[in-house]
Amino acid sequence: MSAPPAVRNGSSGGLVALIRAHRSISVLVGWALVGALLPFIVLVPPFSTFQAQSLWIGGFANSGVFILLALGLNIVVGLAGLLDLGYAAFFAIGSYTYAFGASSFTGLHVPFWPMLLVGAFAAATFGILLGAPTLRLRGDYLAIVTLGFGEIVPAVFLNADTYTRGTNGIGGVAQPALPFLQFNFSDPVPFYVTMVAILAVVMVFVYRLQGSRLGRAWMAVREDELAAASSGVNTVTTKLLAFALGASTAGLAGVFNASKLGIVSPDQFGFAVSFTVLAMVVLGGMGNAWGVAIGAFTLYEIQSVVLKGLNQFFQQVQVPFLDTIDFVQYQFLLYGLALVAMMLLRPEGLFPSRRRQRELHQVSEDVADVPPPTAALGD
Amino acid sequence: MTAAVSAAAPPDYILQAQKVTKRFGGLVAVRDVDLEIVRGSIVSLIGPNGAGKTTFFNVIVGILDPTSGHVRIGGQSLIGRPVRAWLEPVVWFTPAVVIALLTALLFAVTGTPAVAALGGAIALFGLAAMFLAAIIRPRRYVALLTQAGIFRSAKPNEMVHAGIGRTFQNIRLFANMTALENVLVGMHTKLHANALDALLSTPRARAEEVRAAARAEELLALVGLAGSGDVVARNMPYGDQRRLEVARALGSDPTLLLLDEPTAGMNPRETADMMTLINRLRTDLGLSVLLIEHDMRVVMGISDRIFVLDHGELIAVGTPAEIRTNPKVIEAYLGKPPE
Amino acid sequence: MRVLRPAAVVIGALVVAFAILGIQQFENFLTLGAIYALVALGYTMVYGIIELINFAHGDVFMVSAFLSMWIITVPLGLADRPIDNPLQLTAVLVIVVLATMVFMGCIGVIIERFAYRPLRHAPRLAPLITAIGVSFILQNIIQAIFSTSPISVPQIFPKTKFEILGGSIGALNIFMVVVAIVLMVALQLFISRTRLGRAMRSTAQDREAAELMGVDINQTIAITFFIAAALAGSAGVIQGQYFGSIQYNLGFFAGLKAFTAAVLGGIGNTTGAAIGGFVIAFIEVFAAQVGLARWSEVAVFTVLILVLVFRPSGILGQALGERA
Repeated sequence: MSAPPAVRNGSSGGLVALIRAHRSISVLVGWALVGALLPFIVLVPPFSTFQAQSLWIGGFANSGVFILLALGLNIVVGLAGLLDLGYAAFFAIGSYTYAFGASSFTGLHVPFWPMLLVGAFAAATFGILLGAPTLRLRGDYLAIVTLGFGEIVPAVFLNADTYTRGTNGIGGVAQPALPFLQFNFSDPVPFYVTMVAILAVVMVFVYRLQGSRLGRAWMAVREDELAAASSGVNTVTTKLLAFALGASTAGLAGVFNASKLGIVSPDQFGFAVSFTVLAMVVLGGMGNAWGVAIGAFTLYEIQSVVLKGLNQFFQQVQVPFLDTIDFVQYQFLLYGLALVAMMLLRPEGLFPSRRRQRELHQVSEDVADVPPPTAALGD
Repeated sequence: MTAAVSAAAPPDYILQAQKVTKRFGGLVAVRDVDLEIVRGSIVSLIGPNGAGKTTFFNVIVGILDPTSGHVRIGGQSLIGRPVRAWLEPVVWFTPAVVIALLTALLFAVTGTPAVAALGGAIALFGLAAMFLAAIIRPRRYVALLTQAGIFRSAKPNEMVHAGIGRTFQNIRLFANMTALENVLVGMHTKLHANALDALLSTPRARAEEVRAAARAEELLALVGLAGSGDVVARNMPYGDQRRLEVARALGSDPTLLLLDEPTAGMNPRETADMMTLINRLRTDLGLSVLLIEHDMRVVMGISDRIFVLDHGELIAVGTPAEIRTNPKVIEAYLGKPPE
Repeated sequence: MRVLRPAAVVIGALVVAFAILGIQQFENFLTLGAIYALVALGYTMVYGIIELINFAHGDVFMVSAFLSMWIITVPLGLADRPIDNPLQLTAVLVIVVLATMVFMGCIGVIIERFAYRPLRHAPRLAPLITAIGVSFILQNIIQAIFSTSPISVPQIFPKTKFEILGGSIGALNIFMVVVAIVLMVALQLFISRTRLGRAMRSTAQDREAAELMGVDINQTIAITFFIAAALAGSAGVIQGQYFGSIQYNLGFFAGLKAFTAAVLGGIGNTTGAAIGGFVIAFIEVFAAQVGLARWSEVAVFTVLILVLVFRPSGILGQALGERA
């Protein structure tokens, strides 16, 4: 926030205040630390016995894709309060934009780095296009419409096969290249470093937006749209900006993912992806960028490592019932259970912002209960 | 009823509502109400419950479109029944269609596909530009609409730009934001940093935020909430919350403040404090105030003029002394005396 | 009589549908319409009373299809063979339909009690997310028990067909449509004529006022969920018998289409939900008929979006509850 933060008591108060005063730098430092440490942590057992370092690093780069998605959805759902259940549509836009721009299918070879911006921009444009019809809808209806769009976009890519090769997808997507280095499938490290850099920059932007006039407008619209409009906030542009900026990170993720996998196909963008990202945002802690990032990373690693590890473990140890269960297959059951449990016990997520914690644990007040924003027409 | 005016200047009305009517289906909530507010005066709108006061308020601030009649702010007619609203989408598509037709013509003449592609791209771009204009509504666009005879009643945030601030009958603060943040949102129209400024953290944006925080503190102090900036709105006592709403409304530097039952639920001392505050707003800041009130002490105590509504119609207008003795008003509140 | 005009409209619409679709597809249309209508009723009732889009409702429908299959196969031990003895057939049908409906009703009540009721006063996001969670849980439980591949349902209904107008309609279709209509009429009567129905309507209009008048809100909401799930249960029986094969992910799309039907008819309005169900079924069958089957989902979603954006109150507006 703009006002100097009150320094709380305690020894950590100084550090916290320092971080908050120099937010951008601390984010960059934080990501540099994380990025540098992770590859070395996995050289230690039990991580090293589970899989080779290069597989770990590749997995981290992939988790970065989901962290990017979660950061974007956090803007839409966590900051602006717009429940978007079809977020994967923007991921698809980013991926296909890159596939059209740099693959053997179209014959074009626009370099990766500018395509990042093009993909983000394309996704942002669709954010505005798909967000525009939803502006007058309330929570549940907004969710359903976004869900509908989340189904329509991949369905269009699937069915318009002359332009998109339908269910086969577009292969031969180009990898990034720097003057001194051509990325390829066998070396995950350049991808990893690129992703850490992208994440650091994106997170700096997210924190800047949050503490800005726009961020306050998002919060106001989330709290009480009518009061926000009556205070001068243009709710139309505010919501559209949330959709656009939120979608842009999905565009970035889409471009990166397409280049890392080398192929783009409609089944990469189903409801499961939208739901997973939503689970990451909710479980991680809506409204808190680091919390969401940690949540996304944790969930992704659970999905790709822990569950597989459980499979391996129980099979090796041969526990009677548990070794027949394929944990990977039932990850969505676990997500479902985790989400229900979260909502009942700790709806603000694991690492919530203080604000969200306040919101969700309202102590009943006798004085002036602020009524929910139903229409106050002709009171 | 009108004050005796010298032959010279007509009264400087900051707000003029003329024949405002609002109908909900078969129910006429407000019928042919005329209301004027002289600049720098305090006007009260009173009437029994259900008289249509808040509906009238909601028309003035742009939440509801009037069925007929219009409202002028500072001489400019901003609120009124929408005219030819259907024409607006036509305006959006016209440039794109014209360009497309020209392109088709050119293509028919020259036969070059490049022409068609270029023309198509320009048409699409023109369409997108019109959509953006419809959303952002720059002055040129609104002027174009007016020329086409299209009138769209102002929306709440546009009325804020026109200088209107309002508070709500049931407090509608941003409950989980701090007092300072609430006021900062109120200042939204006075701040100019946009998304790009935020992303790049330009010096201009940072300087503006510092200035904004200082101004917000000033406003909090003005309403008597100095030092409460970091308190979360939901945790503030009731009286403070009402004052915070006023501070938020002041954030946009309004020229006219609309207060909907500002003293509801207050004890006599808080009510007196609120009255003092409202008076100070008029004398120190030169604001005009329109008040909906039920507390007659407040109404009689600070109003320059009182308008009385009953069943959606204006039944009396005048100074406090005149209204106090007006038989129609007494009847509306107390009923007819027994025969 | 008052019934005459709407009845005429309905019959007229059916005739038009028949003319467009032809007899074969008309059969599909009727059955699909019955299914969507029954499921849509569940969505509309729950939304009308607690303003929640019950995401899990489509999966409740899916579970009921599996349940009906299990009842036929395991306790009743029947094989995939039509039952000719009318008495036996009736008995089996009654058992299957009633058992499925009652059991699914109980499941609906349990879901509400444990997943939604604790969140009744939480911000709107929470129960919505929980509903999605429940949806995934249901899908995965069925997946675990029955595997991910399609499962065939024993077809116990005799394959008698009636020759009409150049084609044939199965006795099964007629039976299913009759069941659906009977249930929908029963629901209407229940809502409009009984004490509990009145309690439901008043709770949907203004929960606090109803509570002050002595209505037991928890019980009323529980009953609503019971009925909603029971209706979905009957739809599940129809699905299993008519299409012959069921899969764990059946609920997602069917649920969305049924929800579209509910919105189209006017969310909160039971008659609207029934009508909406048949309209959506018509769109889907028509799309398949003109060779655009692949796009039928897109078409239904587009309808949903158009309705919500341009006429959110649906065709018939609101009857159960009033929302700004």
